[in-house]
Amino acid sequence: MIKTDILIIGAGPTGLFTVFEAGLLKLKCHLIDALPQAGGQCSEIYPKKPIYDIPGFPEILAGDLTTNLLEQCKQFQPGFTLGERAETIEKQDDGSFIVTTNKGTKHNAPIVAIAGGLGSFEPRKPLIENIVSFEDKGVEYFIKDPEVYRNKRVVIAGGGDSALDWSIFLADIASEVNLVHRRNEFRGALDSVEKVQDLKNKGKINLITPAEVINIVGHTKVKGVVIKESDNVHIDKEYVLETDHFIPLFGLSPKLGPIANWGLDIEKNAIKVNNALDYQTNIPGIFAIGDVNTYPGKLKLILCGFHEATLMCQAAYQIINPGKKYVLKYTTVSGINGFDGSRKEAPKAIVKKIE
Amino acid sequence: MEQDVTIKITDRDGKTHEVLAPTDMAMNLMEVVRSYELAPEGTIGVCGGMAMCASCQCYVKSDVELPEMQDDEEAMLSEAFYVKDNSRLGCQIQITQEMEGLEVELAPES
Repeated sequence: MIKTDILIIGAGPTGLFTVFEAGLLKLKCHLIDALPQAGGQCSEIYPKKPIYDIPGFPEILAGDLTTNLLEQCKQFQPGFTLGERAETIEKQDDGSFIVTTNKGTKHNAPIVAIAGGLGSFEPRKPLIENIVSFEDKGVEYFIKDPEVYRNKRVVIAGGGDSALDWSIFLADIASEVNLVHRRNEFRGALDSVEKVQDLKNKGKINLITPAEVINIVGHTKVKGVVIKESDNVHIDKEYVLETDHFIPLFGLSPKLGPIANWGLDIEKNAIKVNNALDYQTNIPGIFAIGDVNTYPGKLKLILCGFHEATLMCQAAYQIINPGKKYVLKYTTVSGINGFDGSRKEAPKAIVKKIE
Repeated sequence: MEQDVTIKITDRDGKTHEVLAPTDMAMNLMEVVRSYELAPEGTIGVCGGMAMCASCQCYVKSDVELPEMQDDEEAMLSEAFYVKDNSRLGCQIQITQEMEGLEVELAPES
């Protein structure tokens, strides 16, 4: 059981900044995220895109903002459960909550802050009728352990970075790598596109374009896929390609997911909160901050998430330390005392006589 | 208002809405759909309008001239589902006065 003061669901910018604000109040945080890395949409969808409305940053890349937020909160030693989705929540007799992930990891905290953005990212599944019945029987939407593919035949479908990068990676592991895409053009880092070209020339990646996988063949596991080659010039060609694995990589789309069943007031795919006070939901002790919440006049902006996180932490302090006095301190005045023993502070003014 | 154009948008339930879209606020078609709440929040414009998610895919039903498709829109559509010959990404269509009479249908959610 992982124990913490504030359990944050979602490690995007709002969740990460919560760690900093909570740390100033000597509250410890742990974050859960379905993605394998921190940063949320900023690192998953658009790490190389600039953001222009972060106060104090005329321009910052989404990936760099994530790096900065991690650096800013690191002395408060946040814990992370990554690559797991928060599944259930149970209220305990002592008023605290136990949140369990899809992999069974349990977390216990008196405060839960949902900073889940648009929800957890789920793979976009191609429209192949029988695909669900082959999941984990040769169809995988993520590559968790590349060793699974050693000396196996693999078909990867997709035209973006992940399809390119995994084709390159598996070229040295699998016995056969087939990359299927609807067009001859790929969208990825120049470097990856050139690498795939090189591996294709060497015969290590078999490129099948423009084509689609339209069906899966097999009984208890994948034995092959049906490829349809179609270039609008020649007659379409359909054939079975024998394979052990089919890996469709068509990106991820966010779904509110299990949080929708936690008994929270939901409106327009977002969680209703009390914006006049502390961004608490209809369940005391559970807060919702950032893009995942809604209230009159709500704006889904990173900067609004930062504000909401800050106010929410003050309310969390009051719940965890009932009646305990506290006044807001300015970091410039009081510095920052990390949980790791580090201290950041403004340099002392020099007072010296001028002769 | 005189800068507004009239656009017909068929939602994912098949209902057609005739809406006024401003041409002076740098809005794109995806944002017009959101401003009239013709698709639930969170099911359209997921990436914010960077041609990176295809949640605003629509089928163009009229012959009003539209801006030419750029590389990133074409690349995204080549990875999207339910794509037809008349598919476009709403986020890549800026609303201008030339778009009076545009008719589109939202593609299914995927």
